[in-house]
Amino acid sequence: MDRRRFLSILSSTVAALGSANVLAVHKVAALGTMKKAYTFFTGAESAFIEAAVARIIPADDLGPGALEADASYFIDQQLTGDYGAGARFYNQGPFGATTPYQGYQLPLSPRDLYRVGIAATDRYCRETYGKDFAQLEPAQQDEVLQGLQGVAGDVAFEEVPGATFFSHLLTDAKDGFFADPAYGGNKDMVGWKLVGFPGVPAQYTEFIERHNEAYDVEPVDLGSMQHAGMHQEHLHAVHRRAAVPRRTTAPAPRPVDPDEPYDWKSGPRFSV
Amino acid sequence: MATRLKPVDAVVIGVGWAGSIMANELAKAGLKVVGLERGRYRGQEEFALPGIHDELKYNRRLELFEDLSRSTITCRNNTGEVARPMRRHGPFPWGEGLGGAGFHWAGWTWRHSPWSFKMRTNTIERYGERAIPTDATIQDWPMTYDELEPYYDKFEYAIGLSGKAGNLNGEIQAGGNPFEGPRSREFPNPPLRKSYGMAVFEEATRSLGYHPFPMPAAQTSRPYTNPDGVGMGACLYCGYCMNTGCEVAAKATPQTTVLPAAMQTGNFEIRAHAAVTRINTSGNRATSVTYVDGRGRELEQPADIVLLTAFTWSNTQQLLVSGIGKPYDPATGAGNVGKNYSWHGAMPYIPLYYDDGHVFNPFMGAGALGMSFSDLEGDNFDHTGLGFIGGIFMTYFQLGSGPMMYQPTPPGTPGWGSEWKQAVAHYYNRSLQVVGFHDHLSYRGNYMDLDPNYADIYGNPLLRLTYDIGPNEIRMSDYMVGVGHEVAKAMKPSRYAVYGLPKRFDAGANYFVIHQVGGAMTGSTPENSVVNKYMQSWDVPNLFVIGASAFPQITAYNPTGTVGALSYMSADAIINQYLKNPGPLVS
Ligand SMILES: Cc1cc2nc3c(=O)[nH]c(=O)nc-3n(C[C@H](O)[C@H](O)[C@H](O)COP(=O)(O)OP(=O)(O)OC[C@H]3O[C@@H](n4cnc5c(N)ncnc54)[C@H](O)[C@@H]3O)c2cc1C
Ligand code: SF4
Repeated sequence: MDRRRFLSILSSTVAALGSANVLAVHKVAALGTMKKAYTFFTGAESAFIEAAVARIIPADDLGPGALEADASYFIDQQLTGDYGAGARFYNQGPFGATTPYQGYQLPLSPRDLYRVGIAATDRYCRETYGKDFAQLEPAQQDEVLQGLQGVAGDVAFEEVPGATFFSHLLTDAKDGFFADPAYGGNKDMVGWKLVGFPGVPAQYTEFIERHNEAYDVEPVDLGSMQHAGMHQEHLHAVHRRAAVPRRTTAPAPRPVDPDEPYDWKSGPRFSV
Repeated sequence: MATRLKPVDAVVIGVGWAGSIMANELAKAGLKVVGLERGRYRGQEEFALPGIHDELKYNRRLELFEDLSRSTITCRNNTGEVARPMRRHGPFPWGEGLGGAGFHWAGWTWRHSPWSFKMRTNTIERYGERAIPTDATIQDWPMTYDELEPYYDKFEYAIGLSGKAGNLNGEIQAGGNPFEGPRSREFPNPPLRKSYGMAVFEEATRSLGYHPFPMPAAQTSRPYTNPDGVGMGACLYCGYCMNTGCEVAAKATPQTTVLPAAMQTGNFEIRAHAAVTRINTSGNRATSVTYVDGRGRELEQPADIVLLTAFTWSNTQQLLVSGIGKPYDPATGAGNVGKNYSWHGAMPYIPLYYDDGHVFNPFMGAGALGMSFSDLEGDNFDHTGLGFIGGIFMTYFQLGSGPMMYQPTPPGTPGWGSEWKQAVAHYYNRSLQVVGFHDHLSYRGNYMDLDPNYADIYGNPLLRLTYDIGPNEIRMSDYMVGVGHEVAKAMKPSRYAVYGLPKRFDAGANYFVIHQVGGAMTGSTPENSVVNKYMQSWDVPNLFVIGASAFPQITAYNPTGTVGALSYMSADAIINQYLKNPGPLVS
C-alpha cells in the first residue's frame, strides 16, 4: 500500500470519529513518525521513569539532563531486551536466606524489578503525599529517591528492597546518559559533550604523548561512523575541534569522613 | 548413550590462553589435536570498527563473558553459610568462547619474582616459622624461577610483549624493574608511549625513592611478527581494549598470536559450542571426554592425552565431577582437589582529583598502559615487625576509560543530582587512579568443592567457592594504605582518597581484579598437590591440568604471564619426554 492511499484511508476512518481525534491523527501523519515510543513501560510507568531520571541527572546550567537525553527510552529498550529478561543471569532456585555478601539474589528479572518497584514507589507516594511520584515537587521526589537509596528516610516495601530497585534505576539512568546513542539514549551525545568524551573513533598514537593538552573535539557516535561507511576498514574518523571549548568548575568540596569505607558496588568498573 | 567419535592424539578442554598454546605446540609437533570450547567461535575478523567501540555492550553487559544462565559458581564467606549462586557477574567476571578470557583481557603481563616460587621456605628462613599465620596453607612451587625463565621468554616472544628489561642475565638495567628476576634477553618490543598521567606518577614515586618503570604490556608498541610467523599491528591507544577485542591485532590474544599458527598446521580442529561434562577414566588412564554439542548431542571424544585448560573454575569442577584425585576437606585438611584457592583485589585503591591546569585524557590508553613500581612487592622490603608477609606492586594505569565505566567524583559527592553532574563534568578529565595488587596467602578455609544445591544446564553441580579475605591481607592493607597516602601526596592532587581492602569479601561488589587461582595446585609430591611441575596429574598421568589452578597461592603480579610459561613448560615436557615414554614424568 502506498503512503498516500494509506493516509487517505486513515483520514476517511478518522472522519467518522470526533474532530479532536482527527486533529491528533493528522498531526501524527504530518510528523512522518520519527518519535520514540515506549515498548515496555505503561503510561503510568513512563511518567514515573521520566520524572525519576530527570532528578537523577537534572537539566541545569551545565546543560540537558537524563530526561532530555532520552534516558527513559534507553531504559525502556533495555528492559524490552535481553537485559530486561535477565537472559544472561543465573535464574534458577533454590532461593532463600542470604547474607549481605552474596550479590543479587532475587527471583525477579530486571523487568519485573522495575514493574514491582515503580508500583510500590507510586503507592508509597500516594500514601505519603497523596500523589503519584511524577506529580510531586522536585524536592519531594528527591526525598523519595533518597529514601529508596537508603541515604535518608526509610522507604521500605514489602515486595522488593527499595535500595535494590534504586541501584538499578541509578545505573540504568546514567547508562542512558552515556551509552552510545544507538541504544536510544544520550541524545545528541549530550552526555559525552558534558564530560568531553570523544566517542567511537579512537586513534591516539600521537596525542597520547602530548602531555596535559586537552583533546577538545566534537564527539562521533556509532551511527555516524557506520553511515560514513567506516565499518568497511580500519578507518578512524578524524575528529573536528569542538566549536565551543569546554569549561567546567569544581563543585565546592564536602566534608569527608576519612574512615568512610569505599563503596565497591558503585565505583568505576574495570577488570584486569 | 554418548556417540563415540574417532580417537585423536590429544583433546584440549577449553580454548583460552592455555588451551591455545598447548594446541599450537602439540599440533606443530605433529599430533592431531581437537579443541573443545563451550562458548562460541569468534575470530579476529569480526572485531572491526566501529562496532567494537561500544561500552554498553562490552563493558556493561559483558557480552564476551560467560553466559551465567548456563553455569556459574556459588559463593559463601565460610562453611557455616549456605552458598548462593553468583547470579550476575560481580567481583571478577570470567571468560567464555574461543580465546577464553585471553580474548578480552587487559594484558598486564608479569613474571612472578624468584622469591615467590619459594615463598614458604624464604619466609621461614628470613623471619622464622611464626611469621606464617597459623591457618595459612602456602607452599613452595616445585620449580624455580630459573627453570621457568625460558618458558616465560617463549610466551613473551609469542605475544610480542612491550616493555623494558630491568635485569638482563643478572645485570640491572636502567629504565626497567630492578626487582624482577633475571631475563635472558630484552623484551621483544620497546615500552608503549608515555602518557601525562604516567609522567606524573613516575616523577612522584621517584621523588619518594621508588623505582618506577613502564608496566609490561601485551599491546605491541610497533608492528611485530612472532616466531611462528604470525603478524601483529601496532597499538593505536584507542582505549577500547579491556573487555573487548582489538581492531588492529595489536593486543595479544590467542587469536592474534598462537591460534593462527595452530590452524596453519592442519592438525588442529576447533569445535565450538562443545561443553565438556566429564573426563572418563579407566584405572589410572583418561580414556575420553564427554561433551554436549550445539545440537544437544552427547558425544564422547577418545584421546591419548587429555589437556584440561578450562580456567580455575572448570578445571576444579571437571576434576571433581570426574572423580579424579581426592577432594579437599577443610575439616581434616585431607585431599588436594579444590584446595588453596586464592584471589586478590585492589589494595590500595587511590583515586586522585586535580583542578584546573591538568587534563589526563582518560579515554586514550591501552589495556596495560601504565607505570609501576615493585619496591614493595613480595619480599623486596624488610617485613620485620610489620605483622604480615608479601606485598604489592603499585601502578598508575590508563587502560582507556569511557564515561559509562568511569565517573570520577571526589569523596563526599552525592551519587546523583546536579552536584554529581557538575563533579563528573569537571573531574572526568582531571582525575587519575592508582592501584596496588597484593599477594594473598592461601588458607585452610578458602577452597572449592561441588555445591549440593545448584546445577549447571548440563546437570553438573556448580562449583562452590568458600572464601574470605585473610588476616595477613587485612594487616597488609592497613600498612599499604599508609604507603598510598605518601604516594598520593607526592602526586600533588587537589583531593584524593586511599582505600584498603574491605573487611569481608562481597560477591556482589566489583573489585577490579579477577584472578582466580588454586584448586589443582602444583607441588613436589602427590601428597601435597594435584599436578607435578609439568602440570601432569599425579593420579592420571595422561591428563594435564594447566592454568592458574596450579598456583599454590596468588602473588601480587597478574597471573597470565605465568600461565603462559607453565603452558609452554608443560608442552615441552609432553613433546620431549612424555611422548617418548608415556607415564609419570616425576616419580
Ligand atoms: C577482563 C579481563 C581482564 C584481564 N586482564 C588481565 C591482565 O591484565 N593480566 C593478566 O595477567 N590476566 C588478566 N586476566 C586474566 C586472564 O585473562 C586469564 O588469566 C587467562 O585468560 C587464563 O587463561 P586460561 O587459558 O587458563 O583460561 P581462559 O582464557 O579463561 O580460557 C578457558 C576457556 O575454557 C572454556 N571452558 C571452560 N569450561 C569448559 C568446559 N566445561 N568445556 C569446554 N570449554 C570450557 C572457557 O569457555 C574458556 O574459553 C584478565 C581477565 C579478564 C576477564
Ligand atoms: S588500545 Fe591498542 S591494543 Fe588495545 S584495542 Fe586499542 S589499538 Fe588494540
